[in-house]
Amino acid sequence: MVKFNKVASLLAVCACFLTTQGMAAGGGTHLEPADIRPDNIASLQRGARNFMNYCSGCHSAQYVRFNTIGKHLELSEDDLVENLMFNADKSYEAIKAAMPAQAAARWYGKAPPDLSLMARARGADYVFNFLKDFYVEEESPTGVDNLVLPGTSMPHVLWELQGYQEAVFSYHENEDGSVTTTFEGFEQVSPGLLDAEEYDDFVRDTVNFLVYISEPIRSDRRKLGVWVLMFLIFFFILATQLKKQIWKDVK
Amino acid sequence: MSRIEAEVGKPQGGLLKWIDDRFPLTETLEYHVTKYYASKNFNWWFVFGVLAMVVLVIQLVTGIFLTMNYKPAAAEAFASVEYIMRDVEWGWLIRYMHSTGASFFFIVVYLHMFRAMLYGSYKKPRELIWLIGMMIFFVLMAEGFAGYLLPWGQMSYWGAQVIISLFGAIPWVGDALVEIIRGDYSISDITLNRFFALHVIVLPLTLIGLVFVHIVALHEVGSNNPDGIEIKKHKGPDGVPLDGVPFHPHHTSKDLVGIIVFLMIFSGVVFFAPDMGGMFLEHANFEPANMTATPEHIAPVWYYTPYYAILRAVPDKLWGFILFALAVVLPVFLPWLDRSRVRSIRYRGWIYKSALTIFVITFISLGWLGLQPATGTYVLLARVFSVLYFAFFLLMPYYTAIDKTKPVPDRVVYHG
Repeated sequence: MVKFNKVASLLAVCACFLTTQGMAAGGGTHLEPADIRPDNIASLQRGARNFMNYCSGCHSAQYVRFNTIGKHLELSEDDLVENLMFNADKSYEAIKAAMPAQAAARWYGKAPPDLSLMARARGADYVFNFLKDFYVEEESPTGVDNLVLPGTSMPHVLWELQGYQEAVFSYHENEDGSVTTTFEGFEQVSPGLLDAEEYDDFVRDTVNFLVYISEPIRSDRRKLGVWVLMFLIFFFILATQLKKQIWKDVK
Repeated sequence: MSRIEAEVGKPQGGLLKWIDDRFPLTETLEYHVTKYYASKNFNWWFVFGVLAMVVLVIQLVTGIFLTMNYKPAAAEAFASVEYIMRDVEWGWLIRYMHSTGASFFFIVVYLHMFRAMLYGSYKKPRELIWLIGMMIFFVLMAEGFAGYLLPWGQMSYWGAQVIISLFGAIPWVGDALVEIIRGDYSISDITLNRFFALHVIVLPLTLIGLVFVHIVALHEVGSNNPDGIEIKKHKGPDGVPLDGVPFHPHHTSKDLVGIIVFLMIFSGVVFFAPDMGGMFLEHANFEPANMTATPEHIAPVWYYTPYYAILRAVPDKLWGFILFALAVVLPVFLPWLDRSRVRSIRYRGWIYKSALTIFVITFISLGWLGLQPATGTYVLLARVFSVLYFAFFLLMPYYTAIDKTKPVPDRVVYHG
């Protein structure tokens, strides 16, 4: 009887954790892991520089203030003004896009989305692969398409660094007449300023920064969490002793 | 002559006596706390009632602080949540406690309900406690649903769209009902406003009232125990049940240990995995609501998915809705469906034990299936488990009646 209760309790308690795993496993296409280092300040600083130089022309990060970045990324007010605040006067301002959203919507067919929460909504791996998977597509108005987000209206902004690549597909005709397209790999057609490894690092830093701005308090909450748990362990020991003392005469 | 008049001019007994003469303070405390006797052989299954109270308090307190900065308007709601997360001092902690608390409310309540099924806590004379508890569960479902719209993310919007449109399946009044719920022809600013009102006033107030009544009813008949025995049958000369210990300080000191363990798990999520891999905070909800772009995959939050899986398992819209509603409501009838002579699983036969095990597997599986896309094998599995879900309740009068029970001991089993 007691045994059954233990099994039943185990089953019930595991319920939520099992379902969690099921959800986490559902991912979609095969994305190369971004493998970012959220605690690497230098990487985040490079990411901030990359973001302001290459992304903020079109994309805003409307919930992210410069002074918050400065505080977490160990940058002084002067660092912020000289290196990041191209489009802002005061450090409490949020990151605005240089390009007006309405004009952008007219030019590209769709206003470039705000990037404050992009990494949290889509995942670091998604953004990492998106920035790496542009390929030449003559028929597209921007001259490129993307493997991760086919039909994207975003041009290959980082072409100068990555160069251009072509996607190689193989086509397989099924028995029912339909055609299965399989992506085989990329072929570099023109070199960029960076080699493949350097470009990966560049994108990795940028994604790291995007993950950071999607939840700036991430590292704070983890640090605080350790203290909270330590306090609770201490409190647990006291409470256990108290319970024993109060129950000692119950037979 | 009243007590007050009789004792004029006798300033004895201090403040407590002064209050007791005017309000039954000591009497109430004794009745509900220091002289409320519950069985000494409670195991940890009996901690979830107290934990549900702890979560309720967490939700009420964090909820109050959230309303101080949240803006219930379609144009501002999403940004105000981000404002809380980034600019309000400790706002992130308050918000994560509230979002994690929502999921934990359901975890704790589901386990609390399961405890009742393990030990027959809903059986006579505790049917009314069970009925009130089920009402609490229904209000909680509505509360969670209304609350999920408030962050105004993509999943808030489209999840609400899907669930509210379910009511459209009701013949004759369906469309009108959907319009009344939304207050508009689509989910809009108006819907958000009324859901806010429901979420912060109507439903929590109802919840508190029902919880109060739930406890009053419990204290009238006394708590059940793992043996399912009435401890009031054996009282000492002082009228105290021989197997009972007072709620305070005995059960409170034991519950405190349980509460701390709970807080450890709760903090583990709040501080280290507030998204819980997309289960507690869905990824798509970090994109603002956009009525022109439907997310690829709309799934309700995990605590509704067992019922959602049943809904999708039925090919017909109206019957899907009927079975969905029936699945939620059926547990109400447990006190009358269960015909066993004994309460506790300890003295039941193999039939009920097997049935309950299958039911647990069924419920978890349906919950998992409700998160998956409704295709091929998943739908087939959902149908199989839906049948098992209903079979557990509908066949209960038969299998509990023929199940061979074991003799119940006279006094509770306690090893100290």
